Amino acid sequence: MNHRTEFKQGMADGIPIALGYMAVSFTFGIMAKDAGLTAFQAVLLSLTNLTSAGQFAGLGIIVASSSYLEMAFTQLVINLRYCLMSCALSQKLDFKAPFFHRFFIAYGNTDEIFGICSCREGKLDPFYCYGAISVASPGWAFGTFLGVLSGSILPARILSALGVALYGMFIAVIIPPAKTDKIIRGIVLASMAVSFVFTIIPVLNQISSGFRIILLTLLIAGTAALLFPIKSEEAIENT
Amino acid sequence: MSNNIYIYIFVMAGVTYLIRLLPLTFIRREIKNTFIRSFLYYVPYVTLSVMTFPAILYATENLWSALAGLIAAIFIAWKGGSLIKVSAAACITVFLVELFI
Repeated sequence: MNHRTEFKQGMADGIPIALGYMAVSFTFGIMAKDAGLTAFQAVLLSLTNLTSAGQFAGLGIIVASSSYLEMAFTQLVINLRYCLMSCALSQKLDFKAPFFHRFFIAYGNTDEIFGICSCREGKLDPFYCYGAISVASPGWAFGTFLGVLSGSILPARILSALGVALYGMFIAVIIPPAKTDKIIRGIVLASMAVSFVFTIIPVLNQISSGFRIILLTLLIAGTAALLFPIKSEEAIENT
Repeated sequence: MSNNIYIYIFVMAGVTYLIRLLPLTFIRREIKNTFIRSFLYYVPYVTLSVMTFPAILYATENLWSALAGLIAAIFIAWKGGSLIKVSAAACITVFLVELFI
């Protein structure tokens, strides 16, 4: 596929992300307004950060007037999972693609865009990411804007329904390989089961979701890599 | 608010961007080590699964509508539906179920 079709495919796959983002960033907009931010500041924050948990936590720090250092540290802790995702993406990208692409892709490496990019077949064309970012990022900003303007534009029923949009997208990404590949199916089931256990067992359920993701990824992907190492170059190229 | 809001935004954006950027720029070559390659290959499946479940169950106003949305999404994805179809199926199912609850 050439860059143009990759870009278009990225845009198409970015639509459910944008819809899901709007539902979340709408809530963020409402909270940003309560925290005393103007519409411009809230949209600027959303456009430059493009992350959910980090932004919500950031609002809390802004309201508390905590130090900039504390802000930096909180963002580091909450968003550390992106580090793992970028490591994975670094190998997924076409090594022949010009280096500067990595600076732009880094901006859009959210949970969701990472999800659709890392599970693409073969090597990743940067233009696929750009297509997805070009739709998802405005969705995130627009939802924020609507939220600041008014807390009542989107009815609660619609918001509730849109709440599953991003999860639906994750499922669309992981089910097809899980269907054909036994190892991936096992990994998906094990990950969900352990994740569930971590939310119900006391002490373990005190771990924040960001750290739970990091911990379980190191644990489960590490175990899988030990038990089922991928030997041939083709196995990775073809999946 | 005693501190400058724009400096807060700048700090947040800067830290978040660097976390995303550094691995992408430092790891420029293909990793040859089989363990690390395999680990990175499995990473997305684990992170996406962990992020999806059980979080999806608490994403709507009602546990049952969320469960119905989850089942609908798995069903359509298993049948080979596209990203947008699966996502829309989950949303519409939640919407319909909540109409009757």
